[in-house]
Amino acid sequence: MPHQDQDTSLRHRLGRTLRTPIGVTALTACLLVVLVAVFGPVLLGDQAARIDTDAINRGSSAAHLLGTDQLGRDIAARVVVATRLTLRLTLLAAVIGVGGGLLLGVAPAVVGRRLGRLITATVGVLVAFPGLLFLLFLATIFGVGSTGAVFAVGLAMVPPMARLVQNLTASIAGSDYVAAARILGVGRFKLVVRHLLPNIAEPSVLFATQAAGGILVAFSGLSFLGLGVQPPEYDWGRLLNEQLNRIYVNPVAALAPGAAVVLTGLMFGLVGEVLAQAGGRRAPQAREATPQQVKPQDETAPDGDGGALVRARDLRVTFPGGRRAVRGISLSIGVGEAVGLVGESGSGKSLTALALADLVPHPGRVCAGTLRFDGHDLRADPRLGTELAMVFQDPMASLNPALRVGRQLAEVAEVHLGATRAQATARAVDRLGAVRIPLPERRARQRPHEYSGGMRQRAVIAMGLMGEPKLIVADEPTTALDVAVQQQVLDLLAEVRADSGAALLLISHDLAVVAQVCERVLVMYGGLIVEDLPVAQLVGGAAHPYTRALVGAVPTMATDPGTELATIPGRPPEPGEAGAGCPFAPRCERARKRCHDDAPELAGFGPGQRVACWYPVDAETAVAPAQAASHGAEATS
Amino acid sequence: MATLTLNSPGTTARSPWAGFALRRTWRLVVSLAALVTAAFAMIHLIPGDPVRTALGTTADPALIAARRHSLGLDQPLLKQYGDFVGHLLHGRLGDSIGAQMPVSEIISSRLPATLQIAVPAFVLILLLAIPVGMTAAVLTKDGRRRRGELAFTGVTGFLGAVPEFLLAVGLIAAFAVAWPVFPVASRGGMDSYVLPVLALTVVPAATLSRIVRVETLRVLGEDYMRTARAKRLPARLRYLRHALPNLLTSSLTLGGLLFSSLLAGTVLVENVFAWPGLGTTIVQAITEKDYPLVQGVVLVYGAAALLITFAVDVAVAVADPQSTVRGS
Repeated sequence: MPHQDQDTSLRHRLGRTLRTPIGVTALTACLLVVLVAVFGPVLLGDQAARIDTDAINRGSSAAHLLGTDQLGRDIAARVVVATRLTLRLTLLAAVIGVGGGLLLGVAPAVVGRRLGRLITATVGVLVAFPGLLFLLFLATIFGVGSTGAVFAVGLAMVPPMARLVQNLTASIAGSDYVAAARILGVGRFKLVVRHLLPNIAEPSVLFATQAAGGILVAFSGLSFLGLGVQPPEYDWGRLLNEQLNRIYVNPVAALAPGAAVVLTGLMFGLVGEVLAQAGGRRAPQAREATPQQVKPQDETAPDGDGGALVRARDLRVTFPGGRRAVRGISLSIGVGEAVGLVGESGSGKSLTALALADLVPHPGRVCAGTLRFDGHDLRADPRLGTELAMVFQDPMASLNPALRVGRQLAEVAEVHLGATRAQATARAVDRLGAVRIPLPERRARQRPHEYSGGMRQRAVIAMGLMGEPKLIVADEPTTALDVAVQQQVLDLLAEVRADSGAALLLISHDLAVVAQVCERVLVMYGGLIVEDLPVAQLVGGAAHPYTRALVGAVPTMATDPGTELATIPGRPPEPGEAGAGCPFAPRCERARKRCHDDAPELAGFGPGQRVACWYPVDAETAVAPAQAASHGAEATS
Repeated sequence: MATLTLNSPGTTARSPWAGFALRRTWRLVVSLAALVTAAFAMIHLIPGDPVRTALGTTADPALIAARRHSLGLDQPLLKQYGDFVGHLLHGRLGDSIGAQMPVSEIISSRLPATLQIAVPAFVLILLLAIPVGMTAAVLTKDGRRRRGELAFTGVTGFLGAVPEFLLAVGLIAAFAVAWPVFPVASRGGMDSYVLPVLALTVVPAATLSRIVRVETLRVLGEDYMRTARAKRLPARLRYLRHALPNLLTSSLTLGGLLFSSLLAGTVLVENVFAWPGLGTTIVQAITEKDYPLVQGVVLVYGAAALLITFAVDVAVAVADPQSTVRGS
């Protein structure tokens, strides 16, 4: 049974939570309150009831810590003695509330469908009203006094409790084992007792504990208003009611019962917190490992021409715990050049793009030997937004849903180009037109949810065109789009590049897309660039076994539909587990001892081609990629 | 700020809007009907004869019969219900047993005092909770300033746990007795409003600022905030123009219940400050068993709570049509 497992582990977890500081505090507070409730009336009952006409309405003194009331009774003693009645009434009301809530909450799962719906709807209407209003309504019906107040407070708790239980049972009643029990003809009552109640016990107890604090406050409020406990009985609320009009003379007498309510309420809250932690409903505080010092890795500077638009050397992205997502790569992008960055997910390609734009999410850290853009140091002089445009993967999420699209474009011109609002809006409309959005003036006034996915991606591209982009970084710009729309967005990128002369860094896991748009391809694996080659070389000319395998995994129109697609056996390395050798070695069928011990560096291989491999594939020694892949598993063992 | 314009006609989002309006209005109508029925049923649910209970066991039987007749209690139940609803539609709520005057008159003379503390408190809650919650989120995002985060959740958690009326007592003890800058109770000059409004504000503001902080943290992690960074927008624009409208909608949805309970909170706070509003009226009416008056005030409070929830839902839907309209 699933619930029995839960029970034992809950007991175990509860024991552990009780040993934490918060658990100790909660336990101590609980014990204290119970002791006061049990022994208070026994020890101080006489003193609290003793009428002393010589000491009426006294202030605080040594004999009477909190002073005396209208009949000369000691207020401190009365506050202590009131603990028992207050707690008893609170618990009674809680029993009514929890019982009623469970009854109404479980009912829809066992009674007929129509009656069940009626109950759910009624509870839905009841929870729409503020609790206190419901409470006053019930107090009117039950009349003034302790008994009426217990019923009123208890019943007022029924709707929220019932709502919670309904939600819980609805999820459990639909589960397989309840369905199985139904089919086996288990009776309704048994079904509730055996299957439903044990499984909702934990969250229900948690809610009830937290609600108990609310009940205490509600009851005190009712007594304070004069609608709850009536003299000669008294609880904390009643004491507050009696002392409030004397607050000018003796403020502590009014504050003490109030403080008792607040502190006891906090105790209930603490107990709830302990139960929640024991039940695993609070996520434990994630402990962040201290960032490990990353050991410098020598990497020769690329021999790119001096006129490169982007020059990055020894670019690294690290995360706490020593996870190195990008492990010191060097790349350059020429003016107007279209470069593709390909690799499996987790290879570090997206983080490379984000690092160029200084958008790596916290707690990632970027460091680089050189990071230059158009002759400037990118870190000192960011060109983001004006000369460096970003296009992200999910156009559904990358536009702000609350702002009009035109506004989101126009602000770039306002902030960076000093345009007036009217000028900026005019440019935004013009740019929307430039990315072929029909009726740009009307579209500019709409918000993103009125756009289709493809149109949103166009709008994001138009956003990049608000300035004079020299580089467009597009991170999987078509992955989230329909196939038909993908082509339109790719065409648009090509068109924009032709018009503006901007360079393009296209990040994709899709070799076909890269081959279509780009001139040069960078292949990333395990946080490193393993090959840098012209697009034309991709098929047939790739030197790295990984590139070969990647190309082999892409179906083309020429692929016989009957043949099985090649896959690369094994899985890419996690950012934390990179060893000393070539990151691809464990999956590479050509790997030898050297590959596992030493990491090869990116070195020139042919014209315009560089590869990081000790034993690159050249045209003569090439094995068919599919064949290579099928032998891959053996090579690793 | 989010611009509050409806879609121009002919756009694709038209039919979900109609569906949303229909569903939400239907829910309001059902709830209002339930409220009216409950208010009507109240007087019949009271054990024994309500008129005898109200006038006392020693009252003259002729007087009781006359009062029963004037309340319509000698009519068949269905007719009574019909009359009750009919009168309600004309704004008539019957006569108070104790004060011998129309309930509607008592309510209209007491309601302004309640609104005069509830509305400023409402405004103050928003003005406090949103900046405080956002600032806390920005300062503690990405696990920064762990101690500051603990201090914020500790303080707001404690303030959120203190019941309003006890806070009110504490405020009086501090600012009217120990350090007498404000009057202790009753309505007078401007300074008499400070403590009641504060007592109503602090607790919901603390709770709402926690909600706002969590919502801000969620919004700051969204993709469109990265887009805003990709535009190299200054922090002021990123937080105020890009984050604020998005967290407002979700915070208000979660805070909606807070606002309707604010109205109920006035009942206790008014009684602490002897404030001549509806809250003191209903408590007095319950104590004196003036059932028609209780009925009237319950109707006003209940309708106000339902309308506030409705208004918040609609405001959120208008500000953020995408999520709300499709969701509910």
